[in-house]
Amino acid sequence: MSAFANILAGGVFHAAVLFLVAAGLQLVFGVQKIVNLACGSFYALGAYFGITFISYATQLGISPWLIFPGLIVSGILLGFIGPPIERLLRTVYGRDESFQLLLTFALVLIFQDVFKFFWGANPRSLDSAYLIYGTLNAGDFSLPVYNLLVILAAIAVAAGLGAFLQRTNYGRLLRATAENRGMAEALGVDVRRIYAAVFTLGAVLGTTAGALVVPTAAASLDMAIEFVIEAFAVVVIGGLGSMRGALFGALIVGLIRALSIVFFPEFEVLAIYVIVIGVLIFRPVGLFGKSLA
Amino acid sequence: MTISSAAVTALAGTVALALLPVVAPPYYVGLMIPFFGYAIALLGFNLLFGYTGLLSFGHAMFLGLGAYGAAVLSGIFGIKQFEVVLLAVIMTAALVAVPIAFLCARYVGIFFGMLTLAFGMLFYSFLFKFYHLTGGDSGMRVPRMNILGFAFERYNKIEFLAGPFYYYCLGLLVIAGLLMWRIVHSPFGLHLQTVRDNAHKAEYLGVHVRRFRLAAFVISAAFGAVGGAILGFRIGLADPELVYWTHSGQLVFMAVLGGFSNFFGPIVGALTYTLLQDQLQSLTEYWRSMLGMILALIVIGFPEGIAGLAADLPRRLAQRFV
Repeated sequence: MSAFANILAGGVFHAAVLFLVAAGLQLVFGVQKIVNLACGSFYALGAYFGITFISYATQLGISPWLIFPGLIVSGILLGFIGPPIERLLRTVYGRDESFQLLLTFALVLIFQDVFKFFWGANPRSLDSAYLIYGTLNAGDFSLPVYNLLVILAAIAVAAGLGAFLQRTNYGRLLRATAENRGMAEALGVDVRRIYAAVFTLGAVLGTTAGALVVPTAAASLDMAIEFVIEAFAVVVIGGLGSMRGALFGALIVGLIRALSIVFFPEFEVLAIYVIVIGVLIFRPVGLFGKSLA
Repeated sequence: MTISSAAVTALAGTVALALLPVVAPPYYVGLMIPFFGYAIALLGFNLLFGYTGLLSFGHAMFLGLGAYGAAVLSGIFGIKQFEVVLLAVIMTAALVAVPIAFLCARYVGIFFGMLTLAFGMLFYSFLFKFYHLTGGDSGMRVPRMNILGFAFERYNKIEFLAGPFYYYCLGLLVIAGLLMWRIVHSPFGLHLQTVRDNAHKAEYLGVHVRRFRLAAFVISAAFGAVGGAILGFRIGLADPELVYWTHSGQLVFMAVLGGFSNFFGPIVGALTYTLLQDQLQSLTEYWRSMLGMILALIVIGFPEGIAGLAADLPRRLAQRFV
């Protein structure tokens, strides 16, 4: 039983990280109607930067209690790459969506070499840095406190994003722009600034997720292209553009992965795409998406 | 493009390619084999993308099917005739494509892209995880096969690829090109373009939109399988990377680089990409970012691609000087 609880906890942790990246993907798609393949690269950027941050922090002897907030801060600071990239994307806003998709694909290729240049081609990892805060134990069940913090942080982000989008004025402007860009513009919304803000927020969510995951997993060149495809599965299952969809989609994908790794390792990835295809065929707008019509 | 100017372009290209082994060093001749594979696959891909307006982000699946099909047929069943293998992978790809197309053809735009991506990843994870069937990440060996019934035993693999197999692939490309030219200029091809430009109007005029999308998908899958079989034959290996989503992205890259609104665009794109990648790889280990920047430049500044620019050149010159 507790073994099962361990598996579930692993799945929820994975889901928490997935949610952060998928939420960024959803925001950008919901408002700007761009499928941002580079969100996996933001995630990887956060991870690599997190490695550098933690190794400096341990060298300088900074208190381990500052590691978790430090990772969050570095994730947020990395979000500053958002505006220049958004500026680049602005050149293709009026074009066909395939061009927008391809431009973000070009970014994926460029980012891969940026990582290789600064951090080398070999995977980089930290020795069990996730144990810095100890573990919670209950019988055979054990959960590193660090993982719990990440899960709590993701829940906080989910709640915060929800409140921001639903209750604040700026959130209403975002939703209005997502709903009908032309009408929002006609009513005086500065859509260009909204786009820049949304893209930056999406980037911050990705980099923060990457920075937070790095104490538990290695940073590698492939993580960008592997993770974006998983985040893709999340948003398709949950419904493109829906925040609640990102949350539940992440939980579904995270738990399926955790369970299938233990019970049917061969179906680990397969199961996710079977669900993706099933959702796209039977409910193309996703579990929480609005109807297309 | 008029028939005569297209015929001149095609003839000039074919003659140039036929003379290449005489003038170029064997290394570059060998490099042309993946070009042929990609060019044939992209001719099919562009029927879907350029002519029907459907962007597939999982098309590498059919290249993988071609390569793995060749590996299974020749490696396990011992079929040594490449023509038989080609026919078999064409039929397999078409058969596999029918149900996938049936499900995908309901959608356009980003949903079509995502659904094809999901099918591609499904196939990838099957190849990657079912080790005892597919060899997992080490892939399956594609043994050397006979072409047109000849084994060409006195040639080693490199000589074989740069000699007989080169001309064989050139022949395949010519056949594929002629076939595709017929397809896009037939009433069927015109239907596809109508569906692309205005699906509602096409439906109103009595065109079975879904059926035409399905047909385009199946044809493009068959072309993809031929390309994949050539790629597999050349490396002697079918591995799951062939099916990974980034490889599908690479196919889209090639089509856009060459110019998907031009009949010869995909061929130009395949040639440029193959040479470009080879040169950049020998120059720097950061060739990926170079390709990325070129892709960004094309997407932002030259959405018509190289063939589009070339076709536009006479008009631009005329504007400037007349």
